[in-house]
Formats: sequence, C-alpha cells, structure tokens
Amino acid sequence: MEEKIKAKVMDARRIKRALHRMVTEIIEYNRDLNSLVVVGIRTRGIYLGKRVSKMIKELENVKIPTGVLDITLYRDDFSELEAQHMVKKTEIDFSVGDKEILLVDDVLFTGRTIRAAMDSLFDLGRPKSIQLLVLIDRGHRELPIRADYVGKFLPTSKREIVQVHLEEIDETDEVLITEPVVDI
Amino acid sequence: MRSLSQNLSLTFRRASLLFDHKHLLAIESLSEGNIRTILDTAESFLEISTRDVKKVPTLRGKTVVNLFFEPSTRTRSSFEMAAKRLSADIVNFNKFFSSVVKGETLKDTVLNLEAMQSDAIIIRHACPGAPHYVSTFCRSHVINAGDGAHEHPTQALLDAFTIRQQKKNITGLKVLIVGDILHSRVARSNIFLLNKLGAKIVCVGPPALLPEGFKRLGVELDYNLDRAIQDADVIMMLRIQSERQQKNFFPSIREYRNIYGLTQKRYHRAKKNAIIMHPGPINRGVEISSDLANSTKSVILKQVENGIAVRMAILYLLLGGKEREITD
Repeated sequence: MEEKIKAKVMDARRIKRALHRMVTEIIEYNRDLNSLVVVGIRTRGIYLGKRVSKMIKELENVKIPTGVLDITLYRDDFSELEAQHMVKKTEIDFSVGDKEILLVDDVLFTGRTIRAAMDSLFDLGRPKSIQLLVLIDRGHRELPIRADYVGKFLPTSKREIVQVHLEEIDETDEVLITEPVVDI
Repeated sequence: MRSLSQNLSLTFRRASLLFDHKHLLAIESLSEGNIRTILDTAESFLEISTRDVKKVPTLRGKTVVNLFFEPSTRTRSSFEMAAKRLSADIVNFNKFFSSVVKGETLKDTVLNLEAMQSDAIIIRHACPGAPHYVSTFCRSHVINAGDGAHEHPTQALLDAFTIRQQKKNITGLKVLIVGDILHSRVARSNIFLLNKLGAKIVCVGPPALLPEGFKRLGVELDYNLDRAIQDADVIMMLRIQSERQQKNFFPSIREYRNIYGLTQKRYHRAKKNAIIMHPGPINRGVEISSDLANSTKSVILKQVENGIAVRMAILYLLLGGKEREITD
C-alpha cells in the first residue's frame, strides 16, 4: 500500500524535549522512585521506555527496572484479524506485584492496546498502580482510557496514519502523519 | 480501480499467513520456513508456563478435542495443558469409555464430535494415515499426535526446539537416533525435520530394526553404536516398542542392552557435552542406564517442558486469527 507523507510533526529535537519534560513530571509525581518500574509495549514502546529509564537514571541516579510487553495474545480483535501476528516475547524479569508501573507506548489511539497491556500486566501480578506515558495522543478513543504523560496531542482524522520512527530501529527520530494513496 | 477496503484486504492477505497449512499431519509436508515459524513462535510461549498465572486469553471460546485411540501420558496431557494455557476448552476422548467399544467407526466418531462444534481435533491412532483420512472429511483443524509407525510431528518439533535451545544451531550437528527405528514414528518425523534443518543424521540399531530402505530418507545407517557414537552432538534414544513386536527382532533384552544400551562408558565416546534425549516412556536399564537418564547430560525432562510451548505455538498458528480458506 502506498502512503503519502502529509506532515512531519516532530523531529529528533522535539522528541527529546518532550521526553525530557515527561521524565521531569514522572520524577515530580512519583516521590518514591524505588518502587517505579518501566514496561514498554512492543515495538516502539520498548525504546521509548529504555530512554525514559536512562533519563531518570541520569537525573536522579536511580536504576529503574525496565521490561518489554508483547500484547499479541491479549488482543480483543483476535478472531477478526485477517493477518496473523507473530507472537514475540514478553520480557519482564522482575515482579510487578506492589510496583508502580509506568507503561510506555508510542501512539495512543483507540485505547485497545492499553486495555490489552493492562490485562496482560494483571496476569503477571497485582501492581500498586499503572501510569501511562505516550509520545503521541491522536484521539479517537473507543475505551475510557487516558494517558498520564503525553508528549504531544495530535488531532487527526481516522484515515490518517501516525508513524513514529525511532533511531534504534528506524535510523532516525521523527513523527510523521501519512495517508494511504487510493487509486480511483 | 479498487476501493480502499479492497486495497487494505489485499495487503493484509499477503502478510496474513504465518503458517499456510490448515492441519498439522506430517513433518514431511512442511517447509523449512514452516518449521522455523513454529519453533520461533514456541520461544515466545515458553515464558507463559513460568508465570504465576499460567494462562493467556488468546483462544477463548475455541474447543479442542483430544481423540486418543492409543495410550499416552505425555502427549495427551501436554496438548491438554497447552490448550488450557491458551484458554481453549478441551474435551478428552478415551477410546475405552466411548462408543468405539460398541463398534462406532472412526469417521462417525469424528463427525459426532464435530457436530458438537469442535474447532480442532488432536488425533492419535494405531493406523498410519488415520489423521490424514480424518482431515479429508473434517471441518476442524486436524493435528497428528502419532499415527502408527508413520509420524509424530509434534514430538519432532519439540525435539528440534530442545536441540536448538541446548546447541543454538541445528545445522551441521551430528545427531544419533538409536534403537527401534523400524517401528518408530518419532524417528521418521525427526529424520524429516532434522534433514530439513541441515543436521547430519545417523541411525543405529540391530539390522532387523534398521531396514536398508531408510537410506533413501537421507540418513546414514550403522549397526555399531560404539563406532557411531564418536563425535555425536545429540544422542536420541528410542524406546523398545514391545507392543509392536510380536515377532522376535533381537534375541533378548539383555543382548540388546549390551550392544545398544546407552551407558556411561559409551557416552564418554561422544563429543563433550553431547546431550541425551528420549521421547519417553523410558525403559530404564534397557535402552538407557538409569543413572544417565537422571544425569545433567540428559534433557529428557526439558523435552517434556518444551513440549507444552511447542504445542501452544501449533494451536496458536492453526486456530489463531480469522478462519481462512486454506486447503492442504
């Protein structure tokens, strides 16, 4: 499917600044950083999560346990999907019981991914609380879910696609709005 | 001119099938890519069985039938646990408590179970080809859990998974399969699979249990275990199948043990850190000495543990996602 780039809404500097602001908010809000753990949702949430942990370490000198969550097995549209998704590993090698979890994802859209992530976390233990950090909140929620830390609110139409590119896997840091090209 | 939805569905369809078979009947008909997909998926499922809550909601609402016409401890309970850990419902069929004793045929049995809306049927049968036969008239996904002396695909997959876990890479390894090759569906499935993944396979056993024809499957044959075991990376011992041996294939169990039993002394001729495998059930003191079966070189219980992850992967790949039109 061809896509047309409509706008570049964030570059590397803006992404860095947004993360910096959110990390400051996290530190301010969580007085006891020792019970905080970071869980990134595959795929781009992993790298954002790692960056957040690293920034907290630099600012407060606290090492935050950081894990990876794969939500494929918890999707609610499982029996509807035409495409089969490769199941990847969930790598959380610490207990989530009684922890303040900071869940990290790139884009918040319908809220269904976050619902699946929360279900998945509860199967691993009983966290004390779950907070949500997203780089982009693009609206169009279908569930009563909101983020605690938002890099940028981005009003979009449903047809548009928000693409977050991160240096770790995409070679560059940027956020793009694209639209599928339809030949009619 | 295509509409957007058509465009979308086209892109999806191309990427949609991780595993392009409706049934899992035999290793022989799988591609190397199919095998790698199953093994890679199983990696991800391994962790679920180590959680406090050993369950994910993926196959909620699906019904799986365990249709076993032959006895089984490992395979049947492994499939049952795999299905339950994916939240599928499972029905266990036992030949001895069923209408099969009243003379109901295999086809009627399957059609009746299917009338109860089963989604997958896991079948073990003494007749080679029984799962394939069932798949010809069945709506459900059919999984072969062992058909006579033909194939036992999930066993071979979990064996390959275990070898990969212990040795990182299967290509180039020397794998010994020792014992009753003639009657072994495990040996056949393993030969097909390990060949596709590039291992060097040597089958060892008494001539009566090791027909020349096996060479055509691309393996070496050797009647001397002491010679063949040198440089082996993996030693796979098979069970002497007394239930399939009305005739005498070798003079006595004692003689078999002396020539083909795996003992400490023999093991030391193999490559350092060679792993010992066995599909179970073990005849302790016959094909393998009891102390070796319990030793750290033995991965027999690892095989059992991995079996659940591999079977979860197979159920996921066959039953997950929207029902699709695929014909095998």
